[in-house]
Amino acid sequence: MDMVLDLVAHTGRTTLSLIRSAGALALFALAGLSHIVRPPFYGRVFIRTFLETGFFSLPVVALTALFSGGVIALQSYTGFAQYHAQSAIAGIVVLAVTRELGPVLAGLMVAGRVGAAMAAQIGTMRVTDQIDALSTLSTNPMKYLVAPRLLAGIIALPLLVLVADVLGVAGGFTVAVVKLGFSPTAYITATLNSVKVMDVTVGLIKAALFGFLITLMGCYYGYNSKGGAEGVGSATTAAVVVASILLLAFDYLITDLFFSQ
Amino acid sequence: MDQSMTSAPPKIRIRNLHKSFGDKKVLDGISLDVPQGTSFVIIGGSGSGKSVLLRCILGLMTPDSGSIEIDGEDVLAASAKRREQLRSEIGMLFQNGALFDSLPVWENVTFGLLALKKLTRANARGKAGAILEQVGLAPSVGDLYPSELSGGMQKRVGLARAIAAQPNILFFDEPTTGLDPIMGAVIDGLIVDCVKKLGSTAIAITHDMASAQRIGDEAAMLYKGKLVWQGAAASLMHSGNDYVDQFTHGRREGPITMELRR
Repeated sequence: MDMVLDLVAHTGRTTLSLIRSAGALALFALAGLSHIVRPPFYGRVFIRTFLETGFFSLPVVALTALFSGGVIALQSYTGFAQYHAQSAIAGIVVLAVTRELGPVLAGLMVAGRVGAAMAAQIGTMRVTDQIDALSTLSTNPMKYLVAPRLLAGIIALPLLVLVADVLGVAGGFTVAVVKLGFSPTAYITATLNSVKVMDVTVGLIKAALFGFLITLMGCYYGYNSKGGAEGVGSATTAAVVVASILLLAFDYLITDLFFSQ
Repeated sequence: MDQSMTSAPPKIRIRNLHKSFGDKKVLDGISLDVPQGTSFVIIGGSGSGKSVLLRCILGLMTPDSGSIEIDGEDVLAASAKRREQLRSEIGMLFQNGALFDSLPVWENVTFGLLALKKLTRANARGKAGAILEQVGLAPSVGDLYPSELSGGMQKRVGLARAIAAQPNILFFDEPTTGLDPIMGAVIDGLIVDCVKKLGSTAIAITHDMASAQRIGDEAAMLYKGKLVWQGAAASLMHSGNDYVDQFTHGRREGPITMELRR
């Protein structure tokens, strides 16, 4: 009997704390977003974060996209050659890259790179009183630290994904032409015939949402970290893990919303 | 003392302040008056609630009950905007400096002035040099980053940042912690100079007795969230109060028991 009660109590406590965290996160997100549109604006912080999130993520995202596009071409060739359907490869590559691989892989890469760095930086500022110091110097920390980062994520990710789209197709193209003996013009024509504006657009919408989620988690876990180096460490881990899971979950939801008819 | 003097409200008036974290009472009914222009020192051991008290006055924490007035205005009842305004009139030197490590020293020093738009970025570098000179640092220090400074220099930069906007209230959180005794005395001297020059009201929290006597006009002792003594800072070493005596003389025996477990 006691064990059953314990179990119920434990489940209740866990549920309550989950609801509490979800509520706290939602309030944090709303506050951060509302500060994006209310002055004063911190252009310098925005530009610095934007460069860090967008520009300096380019090499990682570019390589990821290039290899993923190539591997899709290779894998679908082995499958489709059995049914003499090799001509579909160009279409498969461009659809896979623009709809899924571009946004998801770029998102995961940026979550590991930028989300972690944000959580570590803001977490360190929290445990060394720098966030309190901001408040004492007439600066709202949500406005100075969080809002510019959210905005940078929302803008930078779609741009990164555009680059990933182009390079993913280029990776597929290279493998198809060099290794599988496709004619370059035929491959490009087939690619252009299969890609639709809708595919790219939805991919970019996903990217903007992922950018928001990644920077939100980095800021939220950093902002609420406590207890010195260990606290900052676990905040960094949580930011990356939670952002990655949410990213994949929202990827499914958006795909379901736009492409499931 | 004439009538107008006695009826003037104290700069900071605290009444019956309570704050708990879970079951732990950190502030347990604190009442305190800090007159205009006084340098007030609060002593007490680690975990006695000193930092929490400062944070409540600053508005970084909200007390559970009680009132805090600055110039007769109830801070806790003020709007968020007004609280921000009130906070901009308080300068704070944090225990470990809390300098922004991503910004050069000059930007740290002028951060509050830039935020209040009392200064343009073009003039900030020069202004920072002038403020740094007030705390005994060469203007060229402005181009360094906080991580390149020694502990004593970081304290000075923290002090420069706290006084930059010429606040009429200054808070010092353990200003000498982590410094050698000589550097501690130097920082104390700077603090006294700055407070005098600005005519500010100051509250310092410390467990360094030498520092408390150098900085303070008045002093109070906090123990387990309660004020157990208040008097002139000069009388700290011979207060006749058992708590203060044990603390200032560092005796193991006395009314204060060390809580090693929560």
